[in-house]
Amino acid sequence: MEELKEIEKVGFKVDEKERTGSFIQKDNEVISFKSFQEGVEVLSIDKAIEKYPEIKKNYYGKGFEEINKDYEEDTEGGYFIRVKKGVKTLFPVQACLFLKSKKFRQKVHNIVIVEEDAELYLITGCTSAKETENSYHIGISEFFIHKNGFLNFTMIHSWKEDIEVEPKSIAIVDENGIFISNYISLKPVKKIVMYPTSVLKGKNSRARFNSIIISYPDSYQDIGSRCILLNQNTSTEIISRAISYGGKVIARGHIKADSPNVKGHLECKGLIISENGTIHAIPELETNYRDVELSHEAAIGKIKKEEIEYLASRGILEEEAQSLIIRGFMNVEILGLPEIIENEIKKSIYSVSSGI
Amino acid sequence: MLKIENLSVKSGDNLILKDISLEVKKKDITIIFGPNGSGKSTLIKTIIGISGYEVVEGAIYFENENIINLPVSKRASMGIGIMFQNPPKIHGLRIYEIAKYLNKNENEIKKLAEKLNILEFLRREINVDLSGGEIKRVELFQVLLQKPKLLLLDEPESGVDIENISVMGNVLNEYLNENECSALIITHTGYILDYINAKNGCVLIDGKIRCKSEPFKIFEMIKKSGYKICEKCEDGRIERN
Repeated sequence: MEELKEIEKVGFKVDEKERTGSFIQKDNEVISFKSFQEGVEVLSIDKAIEKYPEIKKNYYGKGFEEINKDYEEDTEGGYFIRVKKGVKTLFPVQACLFLKSKKFRQKVHNIVIVEEDAELYLITGCTSAKETENSYHIGISEFFIHKNGFLNFTMIHSWKEDIEVEPKSIAIVDENGIFISNYISLKPVKKIVMYPTSVLKGKNSRARFNSIIISYPDSYQDIGSRCILLNQNTSTEIISRAISYGGKVIARGHIKADSPNVKGHLECKGLIISENGTIHAIPELETNYRDVELSHEAAIGKIKKEEIEYLASRGILEEEAQSLIIRGFMNVEILGLPEIIENEIKKSIYSVSSGI
Repeated sequence: MLKIENLSVKSGDNLILKDISLEVKKKDITIIFGPNGSGKSTLIKTIIGISGYEVVEGAIYFENENIINLPVSKRASMGIGIMFQNPPKIHGLRIYEIAKYLNKNENEIKKLAEKLNILEFLRREINVDLSGGEIKRVELFQVLLQKPKLLLLDEPESGVDIENISVMGNVLNEYLNENECSALIITHTGYILDYINAKNGCVLIDGKIRCKSEPFKIFEMIKKSGYKICEKCEDGRIERN
């Protein structure tokens, strides 16, 4: 099946080997949801609300309420993933949101709950069939990381030139909790607008955002990450790498320290390969407190000739030297992923950087 | 092996090398001395083909082929290896990754890394978070993995502690002997001369070769009288002595 190939490109293993759970939705139809480990629930959002009505009261929309932000309520489908207290996933849980029909508007609402002392690696791949045209995807996601919980959430986007997407996500992190968000977009797309936010509510909680974005001609990607530090000893790091082969990238970052004794660092690097490319880095730091440590670092430029010639002087062809530098720039090792996912992403970066 | 004929090189509007002729034969090691800014690094970079240095006249023959219009990678694959004085940082690319590119024999990679005391930082990014001396050892490591026929070394020992100069000197000497390799070496300190068997030397002053002689003789003379004596000197005077 042609579709399976597309799905596998975004880290979804059709054979479900080395996965703890699996969810797949095509357009607005949930195809399947499974869990292979006790203490890990993977359901469709509708099934979950039917089974546990209290989710509606305790979680649904609560993340957005926390930051007084509206969200689309006319969603259809989405996943519900919950890892029970103390449970750690052996392998990642995988989810795939797939666009198939022409001019379709896929709108999903996802909820992920990591209970106390639990740990979850989640990989979500969003992609489309070749025959899709002018479609739209909006993913509302709410992540709740309870005390001492750990969530590593990786989202891989692989769209087409005529697709517009608008993910909206909120993570609420309790005491000692850790939220790591990785975002990877390596394929052409018409438009992406997203500004995922994490709220560090509990003491000593941490959040890290990593994004790797490639932009192609005629595309518009306004992509940022925001962290609100609400309690003592919370800290965050926001790291982004953007490469423009001709499109426009707005790389935003915002750290808001709403408590003393917090730390945050923002690092935003951009590489412009084509003369028609645009990268606009907008790092923002904000606080009303004195005892905070916030910093940012932003740099945009082209590949230095000196670096290419240095590698060429080792006998590496100039084109290959350029790909090596690009691959190095998009260093996926920073994502802290389990080896199996890291290798999958490396493979796809390899094919992208060699093909240009 | 390498034959430079009447080479003049410009960088921007400045004529840096003026009518240089120099030959490095097979197994020959030639040392280039000269004050800062005399054009030594320009000469080496021009041989490998780094951009920004324009050959306005003359030719560079490597194994009888004029290489001045060949890309850098081609010159390297023909057998020219270079160790830069200030190599750039390559973020995200690890030393072992490039090593595997240069040499498919993992055993050889490991053995050379051990000899140069760099085994522990093979997982580091190229020239990132390395001290000056470590960078030099990593440079020598890379260039020797390439198995070049001609080595171009730009101040290989600068910034390296005495102990590691000896490590590098011995590794270099072993490579030169075992592979019948030729070399063109820039040195300020002269330390490297204690480890290799260099028979030819020359002094570059203001883009011109001012004298040719045995490297030790030149080095002693510079130590005693500085480069001033070379400025006054007629071409080849020491040689005649």
